[in-house]
Amino acid sequence: MNHFIDPFLDNGFLQRALFAGVLVSLTCAVVGTYVVLRGMAFIGDALAHGVLPGVAGALLMGLPAMLGAAVGAAVMVGGIGLITAKSKLSNDTAIGLLFIGLLALGVVMVSSSTELTGDLEAILFGQFLGVNHAELLMQGLALLIVVIVAVFASRPFSLLCFDSDLTQAMGYQAHWYHRLMLFLIAATVVVSFQTVGALLVFGMLLAPAGVGALLARRIVTMMLWAVAVGVMSTYLGLLASYHFSWAAGASVVLTAVTIFFVVLVGVSVKKSLLGSHS
Amino acid sequence: MSTTAVVARRLSVGYGSRVVLTGVEAFLKPGGSTALVGSNGSGKSTLLKTFAGLLPVIDGGLEILGKPIGEASHRVAYLSQFHQSGFVLPLRAIDVVRMGRFDQRSRWSRRNREDDVIVRESMEILKVDDLADRPLRDLSGGQQQRVYLAQVLARRSNLLLLDEPTAGLDVPGRAAYIDALSFERSRGAAIVTATHDVGEASTCDRVMLLAGRVIADGPPNVVMTPENLLETFGIGLTKVGDQLVVTEHHHDHDH
Repeated sequence: MNHFIDPFLDNGFLQRALFAGVLVSLTCAVVGTYVVLRGMAFIGDALAHGVLPGVAGALLMGLPAMLGAAVGAAVMVGGIGLITAKSKLSNDTAIGLLFIGLLALGVVMVSSSTELTGDLEAILFGQFLGVNHAELLMQGLALLIVVIVAVFASRPFSLLCFDSDLTQAMGYQAHWYHRLMLFLIAATVVVSFQTVGALLVFGMLLAPAGVGALLARRIVTMMLWAVAVGVMSTYLGLLASYHFSWAAGASVVLTAVTIFFVVLVGVSVKKSLLGSHS
Repeated sequence: MSTTAVVARRLSVGYGSRVVLTGVEAFLKPGGSTALVGSNGSGKSTLLKTFAGLLPVIDGGLEILGKPIGEASHRVAYLSQFHQSGFVLPLRAIDVVRMGRFDQRSRWSRRNREDDVIVRESMEILKVDDLADRPLRDLSGGQQQRVYLAQVLARRSNLLLLDEPTAGLDVPGRAAYIDALSFERSRGAAIVTATHDVGEASTCDRVMLLAGRVIADGPPNVVMTPENLLETFGIGLTKVGDQLVVTEHHHDHDH
């Protein structure tokens, strides 16, 4: 009996969950790195919430959930673009209201329908243990697209993290690459909501990349750290979920967030120790 | 390259429909240096951003290195006044300098030996070669500014557009900056700096005094008269013995 490996060997659903989680981790490592470096956490959160009414609408109309998620994300990206272009209000306020509005709309839609009530939790927190092969394929495809785009746009993306004016001055269309980043976030959220869930995918975008930001000296190493933390959280989270019957998606995200705060404290302690010597 | 660096005719610049500066006439030669001098809001940064292709021309004509704005971007180096998030970014000093080479190669070709040599040389001129592997966020403000200047040098451009380039530089930093400028000018690059430092401006061959319009334009010893500076800044400096004395702009007072 091996408590650390056997659960995965004995249960097909757990293997698929682990595989899906690894794919989510890889996707979120790349996209999350840019989310953290460009300070787009809030926009990522907004996207994660905006997906809900789209999914609810699609399910009510008997359409694929992912289609609804894509529409919801597109509306959110469009809304954010419009707000940043037109509004004199702080963007934070407008985006915050937009996403809480969409979340409320989603909950209203779900609650008004007797057949959907059970699905609300699944949309928000995922169905990690119910992942099927088609969803795995989608997740793999999303990862492929994300990696191709990230390689294709690696120079303008790192310039954008550094200085958007400089990006533009060097002849890259900064606003276009910004939109491309938004698209990557949206694609990640849309594809991952069925595994970790719409709300928790946001944790997988931020926590592993956040650890990377604390530890890395280069953007590439930051992504590698994020991959390591994401994969480790998936494994430990699923294991905990299996042994203690915790909700799988939440266990994985909780593990990632815990690692982030442990590393944050560790780095701060190390800094203050080094600081007191000099 | 002997193309004229900047040709501006009756140029108006600003944000959207809001004109910040009008009536700019310029004909900047390769190897020359021009200082844009004015207080905050005088339009000097706006003019620089327009040259860099960050803002559209509102009115008049503008050619950068013989081309419409934005089309010669790979031969132009721009140093902005503020950098967004230098403190969280996981970048080493050398990574920042390498960014200056990003658009000098096609998207799919990797950095080559020539890039490495240029990056190294640029960092040596700014005396930051010993900081190459240090994370940017661990450097002081003055060291960061020198790294940004090394990035500008690494572009080996024909036109340098520098917004407050000496901000935060200490005395050795300024010396390195002056070396960098003479290096660039000897290559035939034209330099335009926006500054409110009158001393720095007087080292350029040409000075444009700006305050929403061009107050004066020409060699520093001709242009930087107490009257012109008074009009540019609203305050004037008069030399009394060894000391510079600030003269406020005079309005009609009944004292």
